[in-house]
Amino acid sequence: MKPHDPAPGMEILRGFTTALATGAIRIVDLTQTLGPDFPSIVMPPEIGQSRAFRMEEISRYDERGGAWYWNNLSFGEHTGTHFDAPIHWVSGRDLPNSSTDTIPVADFIAPAVVIDCSKESAADADFLLTPDFIKAWEAVHGKIPPRCWVLMRTDWSKKTDPAAYQNFDEVGQHTPGPDPDAVRFLLGERDVLGFGTETIGTDAGQAAHFLPPYPCHYYMHGAGRYGLQCLTNLDLLPPTGASLIAPPLKIQQGSGSPLRVLALVPSNPSGAPRP
Amino acid sequence: MSETIKRPKRKNPILKTRAPTLPPDRRSRIALGLVRGAALGNLELQCCAACGAVQYPPREACVRCLSAELEWTVMSGRGELVSETTLHHSQELFFRERMPWRLGLVRLAEGVSLVVHLDARCGPAPSPVIVEAVLDRAGQAALVAKPDGGNTALADEPKLRNFTSDPRFRKVLVTDAKSPVGQAVVRAVLEAGADLVWAGHCEPWKNPPGWPAIAELPKVTLVPLDVTDTKSVNELAAELGFKVDIVINTAEHHRTFGIFGRAGVETARAEMETNCFGLLRLAQAFGPVMQARGADGETSAVAWVNLLSIYALSNFPQHATYSASMAAALSVAQALRAEMRVAGIRVVNIFPGPIDDEWNQLLLPPKLAPSAVARAIVGALKGSVEDVYPGDIAQDWLARFRDNPKALERELGR
Repeated sequence: MKPHDPAPGMEILRGFTTALATGAIRIVDLTQTLGPDFPSIVMPPEIGQSRAFRMEEISRYDERGGAWYWNNLSFGEHTGTHFDAPIHWVSGRDLPNSSTDTIPVADFIAPAVVIDCSKESAADADFLLTPDFIKAWEAVHGKIPPRCWVLMRTDWSKKTDPAAYQNFDEVGQHTPGPDPDAVRFLLGERDVLGFGTETIGTDAGQAAHFLPPYPCHYYMHGAGRYGLQCLTNLDLLPPTGASLIAPPLKIQQGSGSPLRVLALVPSNPSGAPRP
Repeated sequence: MSETIKRPKRKNPILKTRAPTLPPDRRSRIALGLVRGAALGNLELQCCAACGAVQYPPREACVRCLSAELEWTVMSGRGELVSETTLHHSQELFFRERMPWRLGLVRLAEGVSLVVHLDARCGPAPSPVIVEAVLDRAGQAALVAKPDGGNTALADEPKLRNFTSDPRFRKVLVTDAKSPVGQAVVRAVLEAGADLVWAGHCEPWKNPPGWPAIAELPKVTLVPLDVTDTKSVNELAAELGFKVDIVINTAEHHRTFGIFGRAGVETARAEMETNCFGLLRLAQAFGPVMQARGADGETSAVAWVNLLSIYALSNFPQHATYSASMAAALSVAQALRAEMRVAGIRVVNIFPGPIDDEWNQLLLPPKLAPSAVARAIVGALKGSVEDVYPGDIAQDWLARFRDNPKALERELGR
């Protein structure tokens, strides 16, 4: 290739960075701040526990280290806004390229659709996304394209009270999620790349009682697809047209990872942020 | 509850907060024999194995037969006040600040004479008294004589109150008020007259039985506190550390695994994180400011209680990693005791046997009710001890540990 004959992608990339600079493409941060106060996953106390996020100072311009500030961190792979790799679930354990270090990097940048279930979730904390609900959404916004993230908007991330966010009662957690048929539909009929939620898991709070238990984990990861959870700002995304940048840390044999999730959103004509 | 101790006035903020002083605390190695019993609330004196003489003060040999075979033996405490005097002058700062101070000479039933701190409620000599070994603010053993009969609570006597850590009118932080023991401790310290209780709680999405009722109690303020989170501990200490008079660290993480029962170190680490490092975080955050308030009037900072476990003494292999974390916590608590002593603040360690909670479900009784643990804690604060082994199991283990630690190790490992 001659130096004066630019690769076809170069023009596209130049256009893309220009669009970012001019604001024609906006970046929306879908990430919760990673800190000790953000709720962590709750497991029955007798089984293995995921460590909550903790931060210990190494030094802060003091006798422990003169001119520098830094911390040691500890947390489970599934802490805060995080990515679930297929190897996370038993159904995905034997798949090739299923851990955070081996997943094809092309999967980390992909389009996303947003299904707004916020009204339904406000009315019913146990709201379940069904195939019919998805088809009704498609009737308005078009068919979900293949290899696309499906993000379930519930506005759950707006619950800043940790108890309300977790929403436990004596029979467990009550948070919205997909029903087993919806997950089967998204994989079998729509070939989605992954499923993302604002709650603490990709499955509903009561999903331990579904058949199969935790269907979104079971089917998605069994099919080599991914999960994103504890997302925020989904209300700032259009139903279609956004793309996600969501690469987990390259952890050897990692089952998941906290990550920064960025959405690239075409600006609406007025340039004003969406409501 | 006695009315003899009145609610103190609020502090006058334009006056300097006094610095803590301690009673004289130099002791010979032999004299430190007294503290072994006093730490548990026992009056132990040297008894000669050769001739049977009981002697005081402690010495290297029997004053009667010169035998070196001296055994520290629990005394009845019964005796007669032979004479008394009241000090109006002392070269010791601690006593200068507390004059006048009453002293007595007591003839014990065992035939030995003791110089004692004398309870104001004792009648003039001669009169029957009960002598107790107590801990003074320097943590050293001291002897007090109280009247034989009637109300003899140390905390109800204005001078002898110095030997206690009475929660009355004091402000108490219970680090984990959500657990069964934590809930019982909140109720017990309120019943003992605490001014208010800060009830620490973490993971606000968890709502165990009994917890809503604790939150409703008058004089209880819920405060977020997770001892595994340095930020949480430091934030709370910054907000109210300068008001805390008594810390009761009830936070514990207990799992019931032997070393082969749970692969990996995560469970053990979680136990260490709460039981050992949690105490260390609390100590670093709350300790220094409490030290500064060791003489802050009638309701100064006064005590720090750690809920440990009898498993801290010797590992119970069925709960191996929990035992290890408690042994580590005991070691931190000993260091904290040394640090806090300079301010006259007592560190009390509680070593219960199995508590009747979910984690000890599979252990046979006897098990300690959470309320019994709480009573032991409050009893230690109202009295003058620093090591408490509540319940039959703890007492049995302690006796076996003192008699032959190797035998206990073998027996626990069966």
